[in-house]
Amino acid sequence: MLGIDKKKLRVISLDVGGGFGIRSKRYPETAAVAWAAKHINQPVKWRGDRSETFVSDHHGRDQVNDAVMGLDKNGRVIALRLETIVNVGAYSGDNGPRLPIDGGGRIIPCGYDIEKFYFSVKPVYTNTVPTDTYRGAGRPEANYIMERLMDAAAEECGLTRDEIRRRNLIPLSKMPYRTQMNFVYDSGDFIGTMDKTLELADWKGFASRRKETEKRGKLRGIGLASFVEQAGGRPTEEMRVKFDENGKATVFAGTFSHGQGHETVYAQMVNDYLGVPFDQIDFVQGDTDTTPPGGVGTFGSRSSMMGGVAIKRSCGQIIMKGKKIAAHLLQADPAAVTFENGLFRVGVSSISIQDVARAASDPAKLPEGVTPGLDESNLFEREPDLNNFPNGCHICEVEVDPELGTIEIVKYTALDDCGVVLNPLIVHGQVYGGVAQGIGQALTEDAIYDSESGQLLAGSFMDYGMPRAHHLSMIEAHFTDDQPCKTNDLGVKGAGEAGACGAPPAFVSAVCDALTPYGVKHIDMPLTPERVWTAIQQAKAHKAA
Amino acid sequence: MNISLTINGEKITRDIATNLLLADFLRDNLRLTGTHVGCDTTQCGCCIIHLNNKAVKSCTMLAVQADGAQITTIEGLAGANGALHPVQEAFREHHGLQCGFCTPGMVMMGADIVRRLPGADEATIRHQLEGNICRCTGYQGIVEAIMDASSQAKGI
Repeated sequence: MLGIDKKKLRVISLDVGGGFGIRSKRYPETAAVAWAAKHINQPVKWRGDRSETFVSDHHGRDQVNDAVMGLDKNGRVIALRLETIVNVGAYSGDNGPRLPIDGGGRIIPCGYDIEKFYFSVKPVYTNTVPTDTYRGAGRPEANYIMERLMDAAAEECGLTRDEIRRRNLIPLSKMPYRTQMNFVYDSGDFIGTMDKTLELADWKGFASRRKETEKRGKLRGIGLASFVEQAGGRPTEEMRVKFDENGKATVFAGTFSHGQGHETVYAQMVNDYLGVPFDQIDFVQGDTDTTPPGGVGTFGSRSSMMGGVAIKRSCGQIIMKGKKIAAHLLQADPAAVTFENGLFRVGVSSISIQDVARAASDPAKLPEGVTPGLDESNLFEREPDLNNFPNGCHICEVEVDPELGTIEIVKYTALDDCGVVLNPLIVHGQVYGGVAQGIGQALTEDAIYDSESGQLLAGSFMDYGMPRAHHLSMIEAHFTDDQPCKTNDLGVKGAGEAGACGAPPAFVSAVCDALTPYGVKHIDMPLTPERVWTAIQQAKAHKAA
Repeated sequence: MNISLTINGEKITRDIATNLLLADFLRDNLRLTGTHVGCDTTQCGCCIIHLNNKAVKSCTMLAVQADGAQITTIEGLAGANGALHPVQEAFREHHGLQCGFCTPGMVMMGADIVRRLPGADEATIRHQLEGNICRCTGYQGIVEAIMDASSQAKGI
């Protein structure tokens, strides 16, 4: 559109707020601003107010699914037919029509071992705001369908909700498991994780908690969701670790942190691999002039599995080169040099990596054939289909006021398998945020249009149901780390989107469980007080009739 | 119109348009861009400042209404020697932020809650945060941080 060489275009991205998929797209406004600046030869600034962004930035989810599942008399699923219609809106975004296939399609039918599976996707144009990537991007939808089906199947088969899952989840013995859609789950103990979560949430003790709630005139329900996620996005990422002449290290990231805390985790990795003190590690991202040319970015829960691996490999390259320089400085054979805790050693002599870096900037101190500087980049490429598959089990417990239809979350327990956890505080933060986003979708959030005019009614934060602090409760998050990912150097699995996969089905399952006395089996999201109250009234009227 | 006010301890006089919002005055005229604007309907709370020691959404009043007022913005919350305010310290301790966009408003609101309601419990703090939106954290670290600062303020 600008007709200029890519090398002449510089993009600088600083603190941009959170992403959640919305920030990962190209919008016409961005291109128009650059075009306008070139056209009038003046700087141009454009700022979308919130009310504008409600109709200019893409929306998420919006699917209609028709699913039929057949089971044998033992409660084993024999076959599943799933027909998905996805609303892409008035214009097709680059990912919009692909989300059920490239997102959800990589995991459907999620953690379940189902022999016969039929799956079709039909994208449709409508007159709504376009839909595209939104935290989870197709996987929350897929997990929601499977978990609602399993709850329905449990009821039909007369089994408990955990037992129907135990009979159908892929057992640990079948790992690695090739899915119906031809992807390979490298690891994951789905049944073990569910059983551990049941214990953590005191599933067995629920009956007595329900009685206590009923004494207060309310209803209590518990729900569970076993889910599988898919992380990775595009299969390449480049990172660079560079020492300056003062021995200070800088990570130049191809990824882009917008709340994920990369400056902390990457520094932790460099500290761990190279022994450089934290205050001697800098971090640069978000500038096409200085970050690696092979940089792709942060989305699809990919930064540790892609960028993290590239950092580890860059550090490995630095140690290799450092050994040559250290050997020269210590007058030893490079093969005899070891590296540990920031020190190159030969026998009793040693030199720190920062001293090696300082020496590396002086060509006179280098062995023959070694270029100056301690500066290594790594372009990590994985097999395109080698995503990884974070998974877990979430259990939600709610109290429902039958007079008002209001729901209070009283307990939420999450057990996530995101492989090796690099920084528990940060990964916990991802789980809390993902769960809250899933609860938001299931409890209050809805892009409502006027059925007559097609006008977006939920067009501001006055009307759109963003969850507030009082809609949520403390989330109890745990990790299971005994199933490290087998397809990357770090053993990590993505963590950013799992919460959004587990929360909607666990929450809806809990509310429907609370409404068992009325025989309510399902309510479509979001479970607003009005919808819950209406479902109760309809069930009462049905009983009376 | 001429207004005089004290912002973060500094006396300021400016000639401004009468329809200028206080949030825009702080951000655009004074370049105090720590005060964020995240919506246009008084819902998100990112623009909260302290006006005469009370938390106020600066997007929802005119700058001329602040004539003669004492204002503290997020830039002026830390002590003179750079020591963080206890609520800022608690946000750091409890991972109370991720992307950081809502953080200035959350911290200013948190400081107001701690001042008014030392020792406040979780439910009270969650309801007090009704006017602040966060998409990243699920409010977990934010609520924990304010609870912590609040119990410290009461000496619990």
